[in-house]
Amino acid sequence: MLTTLLSGDFPRSRALSVLLLLVLVGLALAPFLVHGARALNVAATICIFVVLVASYDLQLGYTGIVSFAHTMFYGIGAYGVGIALHAMGPGWGPVALGTAAALAISLVLALVIGLFSLRVRAIFYAMITLAVAAAFAVLASQLSDITGGEDGRSFKVPEILQPSFRLMDGEILGRAIDGRVVTYYLVFASALALFLLMLRIVNSPFGRVLQAIRENDFRAEALGYRTVVYRTLANCLGALVATLAGVLMALWLRYVGPKTTLSFEVMTDILLMVVIGGMGTLYGAVVGSALFILAQNYLQALMGQASEALSGVPFLSQLFHPDRWLLWLGVLFVLSVYFFPTGIVGKLRAGALARSQKSP
Amino acid sequence: MSEILLKLEGVHTHIGQYHILQGVDLEVPKGGLTVLLGRNGAGKTTTLRTIMGMWHASRGKVSFAGDDITAAATPDISCAGIAYVPESMGIFSDLTVRENLYLAARAGEMDTARLEWIFGFFPALKKFWNFPAGNLSGGQKQMVAIARAIVEPRRLLLIDEPTKGLAPAIIQGMITAFRELKETETILLVEQNFNFVCSLGDTVAVMDGGRIVHAGMMADLAADQELQQKLLGLSLHVHQ
Repeated sequence: MLTTLLSGDFPRSRALSVLLLLVLVGLALAPFLVHGARALNVAATICIFVVLVASYDLQLGYTGIVSFAHTMFYGIGAYGVGIALHAMGPGWGPVALGTAAALAISLVLALVIGLFSLRVRAIFYAMITLAVAAAFAVLASQLSDITGGEDGRSFKVPEILQPSFRLMDGEILGRAIDGRVVTYYLVFASALALFLLMLRIVNSPFGRVLQAIRENDFRAEALGYRTVVYRTLANCLGALVATLAGVLMALWLRYVGPKTTLSFEVMTDILLMVVIGGMGTLYGAVVGSALFILAQNYLQALMGQASEALSGVPFLSQLFHPDRWLLWLGVLFVLSVYFFPTGIVGKLRAGALARSQKSP
Repeated sequence: MSEILLKLEGVHTHIGQYHILQGVDLEVPKGGLTVLLGRNGAGKTTTLRTIMGMWHASRGKVSFAGDDITAAATPDISCAGIAYVPESMGIFSDLTVRENLYLAARAGEMDTARLEWIFGFFPALKKFWNFPAGNLSGGQKQMVAIARAIVEPRRLLLIDEPTKGLAPAIIQGMITAFRELKETETILLVEQNFNFVCSLGDTVAVMDGGRIVHAGMMADLAADQELQQKLLGLSLHVHQ
């Protein structure tokens, strides 16, 4: 059953298996393990980014497509649901309509961008996607009557997802089962299902062709595969999954705005998560997202404690001052790329392979 | 006279500003093994790549089984039944041996009997079936590349310098494999190693400066040291 669920793509490293299990159990039990809105928000963000980063890895890591338009598709999903709920009021109808419209728009855009520009060299394609994404972000902020402009849109979600909703009386492990918990499990279950779906895609014959194209598109063509068609399909799949990640984010935040979805900062975060986790390994999306989002949210607090503990030491207390958390995040990124050039998952798998080949 | 499977007529190919093929005329008869010989830079690899549509001919005509494939796209040429084994062990190194072969099986499933037939030539592939192809030795990678080309019956195999960088013992194994392969497949083999092909080839064409300068039976060239000296600048005795 596990083989079917993971499409035969096991972690292939004991350390990685433990790490993934920790993340899975942590996310599955997050509402009961941690208390407070911030911690649950971090857990939900990790779930959504696992999907978003994995869908980007489908393009970058598995097919070799360098795109800067991924946040655009993410934004289309978020805006689709956000605008529908804002205009039509809370209900599952607007959620379904917004999601369907967002998926349709993303599919058409990905298809058009792919068919027109995936024939050109990777660098030109990257530039084209950058231009399209920038144009879309400007459009979203200019069409303020529809999108809410720079301020974005707040909206009400269906009743069962609202914080005031109570699924049952009483508490489980000290946590009331309210609309936030319901929304969290909707996000968690959707993220898990989408991740397993992507695992199935990359381990299917279609996924193998994508990997062949990434390695050498001439050789793939010589085997009879139309690389432009496969690249465009991968582009569309990645875009559709990113759109669904945007839908989940909108439902979780009950807000949609350009900074949370369309900004270039989100795009660089996705890139960093893919690189840190390991390109061409969907499990890298899990590890990269979890580590990066935890660092983004807790590094500052951790450094505050370190600075306090080192208050007697003049230079070190200043070095670990909480205001310098971005500097340390940068240092951690440089170190991770230096020590794990193939990402954490790549390094762990290579280590496990080397050990298995040494042992008789 | 046997039927002509592949025919190049006055083919010119430009790569950027370079005029590589300058009117290639070549015929590959159906069945058997045709060898394309020539020194480095003569245009042998460009000829194969032009046949495969990777670089399109700027002039001339390429016909395969009577159909004009001069302007056809590479995937269409492959689907027409031409398999290409590029030089430098053209495998997908991140994929396993099984996945490399599976990619070439367009029918979806690999024929078990045919696989056993391939394992007969290259037993190492069975041993490393689920290993990443990138971890194999040079000779084994070449075996994967050739096995990929023959995992399904093809009408023509284009093989580019299969012995390049391989140890003599492995080359001997390749000779045995090709001798058996040519009984069932039509092969156009590009080589620089005359000793490797002189006992294998049925017909031969020699290239120089982007043109075919000699075409005929391999047995005639192998027996004529003066012609070898003239065309290839070598004597078989010196190289044996």
